[in-house]
Amino acid sequence: MVAPKKGKNASAQSKPGRSLALILIAIVALTGGMFASGHTTPRLGIDLAGGTSITLRAVPEAGQESAINKTNMDTAVEIMNRRVNGLGVSEAEVQTQGDRNIIVNIPKGTNSKEARQQVGTTAKLYFRPVLATELSGANATGTPSASETGGASDKATDKATDKATDKDKATDGDKASGTPSDSASASATTQGRAASDALKADPSPSATSSDGASPSPSASGDDSAAKLQQQYAVLDCTDENARAKAGDGAKPSEQTVACGQNSQGQWQKYILGAAAVDGTEVDEAEAVYNTQSGAGWTVTMKFTDEGSKKFADITGKLAKNQSPQNQFAIVLDNEVVSDPYVSQALTGGSAEISGSFDQEEAQSLANMLSYGALPLTFKEDSVTTVTAALGGEQLKAGLIAGAIGLALVVLYLLFYYRGLSFIAVCSLLVSAGLTYVIMALLGPTIGFALNLPAVCGAIVAIGITADSFIVYFERVRDEIREGRTLRPAVERAWPRARRTILVSDFVSFLAAAVLFVVTVGKVQGFAFTLGLTTLLDVVVVFLFTKPLLTLMARRKFFASGHKWSGLDPKALGAKPPLRRTRRPSRPAAGPVDPKEA
Amino acid sequence: MSKLGTLGARLHHGEVGYDFVKNRKIWYGISILITITAIVGLAVRGLHMGIEFQGGAVFTTPKNMSASVAQAETWAEDASGHDAIVQKLGDGSLRIQISGTDTQQSDQIKEDLSQKLDVPAEKINADLVGPSWGDQIANKAWQGLGIFMVLVVIYLAIAFEWRMALAAFVALVHDITITVGIYALVGFEVTPGTVIGLLTILGYSLYDTVVVFDSLKEQTKDITKQTRWTYAEIANRSINSTLVRSINTTVVALLPVAGLLFIGGGVLGAGMLNDISLSLFVGLAAGAYSSIFIATPLVADLKEAEPQMKSLKKRVLAKRAQASAKGEEAPAAADEAPYAEDGTDDAAAAVVGPRNQPTSRGRGRGRPSGKRR
Repeated sequence: MVAPKKGKNASAQSKPGRSLALILIAIVALTGGMFASGHTTPRLGIDLAGGTSITLRAVPEAGQESAINKTNMDTAVEIMNRRVNGLGVSEAEVQTQGDRNIIVNIPKGTNSKEARQQVGTTAKLYFRPVLATELSGANATGTPSASETGGASDKATDKATDKATDKDKATDGDKASGTPSDSASASATTQGRAASDALKADPSPSATSSDGASPSPSASGDDSAAKLQQQYAVLDCTDENARAKAGDGAKPSEQTVACGQNSQGQWQKYILGAAAVDGTEVDEAEAVYNTQSGAGWTVTMKFTDEGSKKFADITGKLAKNQSPQNQFAIVLDNEVVSDPYVSQALTGGSAEISGSFDQEEAQSLANMLSYGALPLTFKEDSVTTVTAALGGEQLKAGLIAGAIGLALVVLYLLFYYRGLSFIAVCSLLVSAGLTYVIMALLGPTIGFALNLPAVCGAIVAIGITADSFIVYFERVRDEIREGRTLRPAVERAWPRARRTILVSDFVSFLAAAVLFVVTVGKVQGFAFTLGLTTLLDVVVVFLFTKPLLTLMARRKFFASGHKWSGLDPKALGAKPPLRRTRRPSRPAAGPVDPKEA
Repeated sequence: MSKLGTLGARLHHGEVGYDFVKNRKIWYGISILITITAIVGLAVRGLHMGIEFQGGAVFTTPKNMSASVAQAETWAEDASGHDAIVQKLGDGSLRIQISGTDTQQSDQIKEDLSQKLDVPAEKINADLVGPSWGDQIANKAWQGLGIFMVLVVIYLAIAFEWRMALAAFVALVHDITITVGIYALVGFEVTPGTVIGLLTILGYSLYDTVVVFDSLKEQTKDITKQTRWTYAEIANRSINSTLVRSINTTVVALLPVAGLLFIGGGVLGAGMLNDISLSLFVGLAAGAYSSIFIATPLVADLKEAEPQMKSLKKRVLAKRAQASAKGEEAPAAADEAPYAEDGTDDAAAAVVGPRNQPTSRGRGRGRPSGKRR
């Protein structure tokens, strides 16, 4: 009955070096990774670094509870990301949290008020006919809109990479207009047209409105037309501020100016007619890989009944026009995201936008188109603005609290476990080091940001980690009290301590996991740290504390039960002689133990 | 060695010990009393919910403000048209709480305040909360609590047995009720931080309970194979033998929390750190108490109701009666049995039971227990 035990001990004792080497390698590798990645400190959350954090809650339209789903939320996040980062806000991040919240974090130093307005209002998507367009920017500004057409329009067609075709007639459409688009060298972004020089631009909006492209009833009086023309002339889309202001406050029923980026990433400016189709009239849009016509990635849209009529109407009118007035612009938040041209009236209630999209581009356009159809609005649930000063102070306070907590625990362990606490303190330090490195690494990889609750979680975790050592040490001491010498005691205590540690850590981890999955906001950051540290605790106890104790048990200082080792059998009240005399079978115990060791 | 170490040794050998199980009625009584007080407190006084739960705004100014609290209060009320509570924090900054405003309105208030207080608006920290945010946090917390409890009860029922799961559950509810009750009675403000703390107690309270149960399970492994002790006595023994560990754990867990509380309350004045640590502190204390005084005795009660354990108890008592009939010293031995020095005999077989040994290892009744030590 001793033999198998011995075998196990032998294997267990041969391990310590290996385990220690393993964890050492892990630490070195992780630390190396941390330095290699260049992120040597954990990313700080808004409450520690300063900035504004906005929590938005999705509110479904009445009777559309199921509208809150992952696809819709992801679409909303993508749109918001566009909007916030369109402000020129650097590193603003938008992410979903829980099932119905979106968190927008805006770092300090940016105009948080404007950002709030952007995310707080609902995105507006319209289909507007293009009345005029031209490149905007340093080389183009000042050039008055050209009225010349001729070869320019041909060129534009050559490079045009978006086209809308009736889905039913997709192949026909492709034959009709596909060649230029297929041979186009430019890869389409969401902005299809790659016109690089003067395009036909009708300088008189009133004329185009009478063209029938815009159903706008009254807005195109001479005054407003002139004003619009004025706006268009001075609009410089390469300027962020100008871009953000372009067409600000324009009503759907009015003509407006807008900016968009073409496939070469150049900014282009537009005069757009009144909205012909509302984004909410898009029933659904998705990115499809069209294998039949060989058009590659395309975006298909389906309209609602009302939308179909309007869309058929507008495309019918547009198809008769010359470029660029045969284009319609898909305008999201006053920015042109795509401007496909129309070759014929599209009456089927559905349409396909083709062009040399890649999957991502097609997906992104489809998302934006669907957004208009999202039956969701977003409400501001909480807005936290933290100045950098307070953030720094909170970080400092958190760190001090952590240091105090750690120091108190170390002192207590030292007082209670003496020499043994050396192992505990080493383990705590290893644990703390690993936590730090992993947090630093998780910043760039999964976007983990250390916030105040997370700091709290880490501090609380000191207790959980230390507790594992206590469980084990108490077991070892119990074994010594039973009269064992240190080395067998260490080995015998381990399986039981291990079980207890696993069971209790599992419960702790379960709590963290449930909290992480279920809750929102600050609670989540806390749960994450707690879960992480609980996992690390198990790793450290298994790979570090236990092997280290096994190694230390070989040292004379511990093995002989030195007074300061914390394992002094006398101080622990071990009573082997008393017991052994009691039972006849006891003497056997003597020889057994050394063998076990 | 420290006194605790010696105490640990004596507890381990069963020289000293407190009969937790025997006196359980007292502790049940105390707990029921505390729970009732907590519930009454909750019903009568209610919880003092923070701004986060009502909707409103909290502004924190930079350090060393010259404006007085009363002044700031008037300004804040003028600007918002709602009640305002102003606190001066330790570092001289002002914390202005205005309830009932919505997030849009709050921008205006912030600007008004920045003018009145003569501080640039961007230097004022603002926490604007919509009225439903707190509800959402609370709902999610309840949801999390529910899911966690179900999972943990299932887990404990599998890892241990349903009786232990039930007892752990009762202890958990007990801890949470007490913590919430104390919040109601003292009137601490409930914030999302408090909720975080409360939810953490879940893990911690159970952590403690699980360790005691683990030892209990181990010690009672072969309980029916001996006739020396009843389940309750062994349960008591396992509480006593893990007592030192429980104390250590609680101390070690409370120390960092105390550090947080000190820094959170003392240096920052108020805020997340303070809120989390306060509820943790209360909850941890309750958790340590409940795992020792409530959970394990409860398991003993439930177990003793089992027919198997009943018959065991009968046998144990019969044997003791027999022993007392035999000799003079026996009754005393029987009385002290759980703590008696020679008590490690059969129980030891259970105490150090073979559960953690490799299964290939010979186990069974025939094995002389003494060989193993």
